[in-house]
Amino acid sequence: MAQKNYAGVTIEVTEEGYLVDSSKWNESIAKEIAKEEGIELTDKHIAVLKFIRENQSGLTIRKVGKSGIVDIKGFYDLFPGGPLKLSSKIAGINKPTSCV
Amino acid sequence: MKKIVILGAGTGGTIMANKLRKALDREEWDITIVDKHKTHYYQPGFLFIPFGIYKRDDVIKPKANFIPSGVKLIFNEINKVEPENNKVILEGGQILNYDFLIIATGTRVSPEETPGLKEELWYKDIFDFYTIEGALALKEFFETWQGGKLVVNIAEVPIKCPVAPLEFVFLADEYFTKAGIRDKVEISYVTPLAGAFTKPRATKMLGDLLKEKNINVIPDFYLESVDNKEKKIKSYDGREISFDVLTIVPVNKGDDFVERSGMGDDLNFIPTDKLTLRSEEHENIFVLGDASNIPTSKAGSVVHFASEVVFENLLSSIKGRKMHAHFDGHSNCYIETGFGKGSIIDFNYDTEPLPGNYPLPGIGPFGLLQNTKMNHYGKVIFRWIYWHILLKGKELPVESEMSMVGKKK
Repeated sequence: MAQKNYAGVTIEVTEEGYLVDSSKWNESIAKEIAKEEGIELTDKHIAVLKFIRENQSGLTIRKVGKSGIVDIKGFYDLFPGGPLKLSSKIAGINKPTSCV
Repeated sequence: MKKIVILGAGTGGTIMANKLRKALDREEWDITIVDKHKTHYYQPGFLFIPFGIYKRDDVIKPKANFIPSGVKLIFNEINKVEPENNKVILEGGQILNYDFLIIATGTRVSPEETPGLKEELWYKDIFDFYTIEGALALKEFFETWQGGKLVVNIAEVPIKCPVAPLEFVFLADEYFTKAGIRDKVEISYVTPLAGAFTKPRATKMLGDLLKEKNINVIPDFYLESVDNKEKKIKSYDGREISFDVLTIVPVNKGDDFVERSGMGDDLNFIPTDKLTLRSEEHENIFVLGDASNIPTSKAGSVVHFASEVVFENLLSSIKGRKMHAHFDGHSNCYIETGFGKGSIIDFNYDTEPLPGNYPLPGIGPFGLLQNTKMNHYGKVIFRWIYWHILLKGKELPVESEMSMVGKKK
């Protein structure tokens, strides 16, 4: 475990930088995590982050692509590289696990 | 007369039919099993067909051979289930009423989910090996292939038998080495996962083996489409990989009747309690194996272990008792690694694959996360065990619950 200072608050994060307690999350914190990842959050980003927070269990890229907010390509454009991992980190939820 | 209906006469459905017929009074319980196919495929054997190790006849037997007398076997398509009315409706309108329903209809490959996949190059330069047709077509292709770029790609997870594509590249390495053209074949393993596998220690072990065998791993690649003209696969983030021959593991989905019945998730897998294996929605429906959405491998070993839990909990439910059996997500996979060797992984919901011995601590004879000849023999012998013991619901000398004994942390 480690601690980070986001938006004036000290917050516990995992070694990979995921929030330990998802309930500590707010949009200001999201903006600062996003900045560290080189992403400037837009309203569209926020809408996706909210969808992700509301649909944490069994979350997949396919599910986000069917959210009505973005399609899969749009999701990659918003969070380049690993969209699910990146958006989960910024949304303050656990690192997505892919099960075998 | 009370009724149990089992949908799917694959590994899970067949095991349940055998267990239940033995346990339940014939005067009291009517058991019916439904499947659209008459042939039972030994699916772990498909992997060996492209390399000429197994032939078609090695992996097929009539389903009817494995269904015990006293169980009614119906070959028909399932149109839909009406859980509110405790009814299954078959193609043509036949209705099966049930007191308890077991859904074991598995998963299937859906190449139509990916644009460009099932078009002009399908079964010419693009093959799957998760169907008998694909495996046989690929065998023919490999027999005369002179070399080039072999790309093995997993379109999306979850897939049935997540280690099979790895075994495929290991066996391809051996096959082309023996054919004397390994230096002309470039093998790439393209996966949506971040590495060779999902769990850290197995990923490291398998990643090292891939490197040793000169197989190129391309991670985090989420397939968007296939370009038939340029012979390229394209990812959602704009990457492209050229191939001469593409071996694809298409998107896996549950059976279409699940969608028609409104019982599944985005991929037609049925929301299932991961401990009791009962449907989350309906108290008299159990879901066994690949058809469920439980977070473990879609694999025969899981179905086998899970069948014990479904059996116990169904009997408890029949008696109106609390369900006491809990599934731990136990999965156990042989991994063929080529040149007569193999590895084994054994894990569950909470414990990743660890090194050690299996099933007897310190003795084995199998080595967990090790690459040995004995592990390979295990896989070879398993086909016999599958047909003669496992499908018939007989006891195997392994525990359904995963054991930490013999594992090293």
